[in-house]
Amino acid sequence: MTRRAQAEPDAQGKPTPGRRESLWPLAMGPLLWVAHFLLSYATAAVWCAKVGGENGSLGGVRLVIGIYTALILSGIAVVIWRGLRKHRFGTATVPHDFDTPADRHRFLGFATVLLGGLSFVATLYVALPVVFIESCR
Amino acid sequence: MNDRTYSHDERDDRARREAQERRLSAPWQTPRGWRYWSAVNNSEVGLWYTATSFIFFLFAGVLALLMRTQLAIPENDFLSATTYNQVFTLHGSVMMFLFGVPIFEAFSIMILPQMLGARDLPFPRLSAYGYWSFLIGGIFVCGSIFFGVAPEGGWFMYPPLTTAYQEGLGADIWLLGLSFIEVASLAAAVELIVGVLKTRPPGMRINLLPLYAWYILVVAVMILFAFPPLIAGDLLFEMERAFDWPFFDPSRGGDPLLWQHLFWIFGHPEVYIIFLPAIALVAMIVPTFARRPIVGYSWVVLAAVGTGFISFGLWAHHMYTTGLPNISLAFFSAASQAVAIPTGVQIFCFLATVMAGRFVRSVPMLFVTGALAIFVLGGLTGVMVAIAPFDFQAHDTYFVVAHLHYVLIGGVLFPVAAGLYYFYPMATGKLLAEKPGYWAFWLMFIGFNVTFLPMHFTGLLGMPRRVFTYAADIGFDGLNLVSTIGAFILAAGVAVLVIEVLRPKGKQPYAKRNPWNAGTLEWLGEMPGKPWGVRSIPLVKGRYPLWDQPHLIRDVDAGRFYLPDAEEGKRETLITTTIDADPIQCLRVPGPTFITLWAALFTGGAFIFATYKWYLAAGTSALLALVTVLVWLWTGTAKIPEKRSKDVGLGVSLPLYASGSTSVGWWAMFITMIGDMSAYASLLFGYFFFWTVHDDFPPDPAAGPGLFWPVVAAALLLGAWVCTLLSRHWNRRDRPLAFTLGLGLGAVLNVAGILALLAGPHLNGLDPTRHVYPATVWVLVLWTTIHLGVGLVMQCYCIARRWAGRMTAEHDIDIRNVTLYWHFMAITSGVTVLVIAGFPLLA
Repeated sequence: MTRRAQAEPDAQGKPTPGRRESLWPLAMGPLLWVAHFLLSYATAAVWCAKVGGENGSLGGVRLVIGIYTALILSGIAVVIWRGLRKHRFGTATVPHDFDTPADRHRFLGFATVLLGGLSFVATLYVALPVVFIESCR
Repeated sequence: MNDRTYSHDERDDRARREAQERRLSAPWQTPRGWRYWSAVNNSEVGLWYTATSFIFFLFAGVLALLMRTQLAIPENDFLSATTYNQVFTLHGSVMMFLFGVPIFEAFSIMILPQMLGARDLPFPRLSAYGYWSFLIGGIFVCGSIFFGVAPEGGWFMYPPLTTAYQEGLGADIWLLGLSFIEVASLAAAVELIVGVLKTRPPGMRINLLPLYAWYILVVAVMILFAFPPLIAGDLLFEMERAFDWPFFDPSRGGDPLLWQHLFWIFGHPEVYIIFLPAIALVAMIVPTFARRPIVGYSWVVLAAVGTGFISFGLWAHHMYTTGLPNISLAFFSAASQAVAIPTGVQIFCFLATVMAGRFVRSVPMLFVTGALAIFVLGGLTGVMVAIAPFDFQAHDTYFVVAHLHYVLIGGVLFPVAAGLYYFYPMATGKLLAEKPGYWAFWLMFIGFNVTFLPMHFTGLLGMPRRVFTYAADIGFDGLNLVSTIGAFILAAGVAVLVIEVLRPKGKQPYAKRNPWNAGTLEWLGEMPGKPWGVRSIPLVKGRYPLWDQPHLIRDVDAGRFYLPDAEEGKRETLITTTIDADPIQCLRVPGPTFITLWAALFTGGAFIFATYKWYLAAGTSALLALVTVLVWLWTGTAKIPEKRSKDVGLGVSLPLYASGSTSVGWWAMFITMIGDMSAYASLLFGYFFFWTVHDDFPPDPAAGPGLFWPVVAAALLLGAWVCTLLSRHWNRRDRPLAFTLGLGLGAVLNVAGILALLAGPHLNGLDPTRHVYPATVWVLVLWTTIHLGVGLVMQCYCIARRWAGRMTAEHDIDIRNVTLYWHFMAITSGVTVLVIAGFPLLA
């Protein structure tokens, strides 16, 4: 039933990663997605309500949302890169289920990478409409 | 060692163990007789909660059968139009608010502590209070139909239908009854977040957390951000119905779309709030019957967390046909399709686990398989309706009814049935029989598909939702009749399940321990379970401790781990750190009491009397609720222990008292205030929403609250906050007089600040019934001042605690938590002033 026979490969190797880790980096990717979503939605909604008018053009909004997207995607890329570094700590590989601080560290890194990846794709999804839609209609 | 001394040692050992068990069972004993209802332990409250939400489920199921009977043939007169409206409104509302959400809270309260090897959750009385509130509110809402006054505006209560076109109390019953229940959900969210983060067994690092706990953590956090917008919406709505404040009345500047936004900011995450915990059950059941650890643990975590976030970006997909700009629709459409990614990931992980393991046939697994099959179909039609142009056609037709039932019955009801079969022995010690399980499954599975598959076509043919009858010969007859027949087959399946659960099992032997050979800690207990939960709290070394640690059960039973004893006769559990689960405190948890029942009764009274506009009775009830809660806090919380620390076993000695950010109370306050902030943010959203829909908002030349009084209020309240902060510092320094004077001054400044804040709109003659602008200003001011009023009670409470000797320089939980509350008050009052006084200068 169990397949956990061997010990963690580098339990004694590298120095143990810091104890003061938190769950926040895990949420960073999705939070950046939320920021992108809300900014894009609010910018377009306020523009259409206050400036462009019901049938007006989206004008500069498309460029602004493009800039948001570039910034947020680079932010998510940094999150992914930092997660990847944690995930690659030492030599142990997934599923990161050893009872050690090192494997906890790797797990948090790996989960950060996965959530970052999802957020990256989801941000692209949300950015796509401004490629095709030109007006507030 | 010769034989005689050996047996002597063994006898000693057994005697020691028996003495420990005696001492342990004393504080954890379940009260007997009528006092049974004063129990607060997770196993009792969880059981009541589960049973009650199932009763509501059956009630709403009967309502569904009434609807199907009415729709079986065209132009039927089995139900009148009004009754039909009440029936479908209650069916939806009860299924969502009284079954979908509570069943997850119920299951979690029952199984989460076991899964974490904890004796109880950190706030058992809060769970009990939540349960009683749920029961009272639920009976109130459901009972309304027997008097013909049930709400009839659909489960989303859209104005202006419910504000201008429907007489009677129905909408008030919905708004106030369900708001009351939402409070219970928030209480459960606080309990479960702190439970998952702080009451794990030593060694259960974050990478070893059972997947169920991950899902529950995500869902509880979602509740904090999803329910408050609805509470804020309910507040606006009830102010309109009761006092004619025109938030949704276009003739006075209001806009019904604001309700739709607030409702769906809640309503869409809500779907995931009820779906994720059900999938969490699947994530526990699948590995057990595949006889191997889950494949892709981190990927499932990704799915849980990712879905939790993205589900907040979907709300407007319920509003595609309201005339929002296409660009807005496109954002929501994109997000609605993106959410299919994490949702799909977890399903692939489950399938991979089954394929990689050794599949064992069982009733729970059968329900899981059925659940996945149905849910995938619902998910696919979900992607279809996420595409705006398709939705324009399908909106408000039976296609959507089919879609949502595929999602919710596949995503919730079938997993819950699986969970019921799976966890039944944990709760009662006995297994449910297999044969009725198979019968129930096949009847439910076939009945479900016969009911809802045809509805896709009924919808595409153009039959609208929520109509009480339809004309003959327009193509709806046959499909509707088939759906009705299916509904009764589905009901027969549910009936078989219910009979099997209720069948007396007195003569049936208890199940063997860990009857499914599962790997997680909830199966550690004996059959039947002991009131203390686990004999000793184990040291965990893997994701599936019962599989990974060979002698775990034996060692736990022998009391070789933590807290095997209760020398002081108190209920105790371990508090550990959030990431690595290092033990940091031995928490004393409270025992049985009726005070939670009284508190719930009075809170319920405040809401229920308000429904009938008996404001004096409602006010009295609210006051009694406040007094009861204060007595509860005074007598039952932040108790100073008789000694500083105690030995919890394995050579570890832990403090019995913790304050500030290491205490569970501080966490609960923080989490509650996050929820509170999201309600406040929803009210602010309302203000800015009106700004976007009006050409001039604030309307020129209407008077605003002015600049003077709001600024004075801000200064005074800032002073109150600083005083509270300083008095915490003085208390730490053990200077009781300075503490008292400081906090006293803070209270005085607070009162002055409240008056100044009210003076702004009052002296400038803002009439909230005239236009939505003054109403919005007033609602922000009232929200802030009521919170400051609560802050005042807290300040006085701390002074009283200090002088009564229940709070000292070292034992300062109360003032630490109150200061935390005041940080949020500083933000709330600052932002309110900035918006009501500052924004008009900009706009």
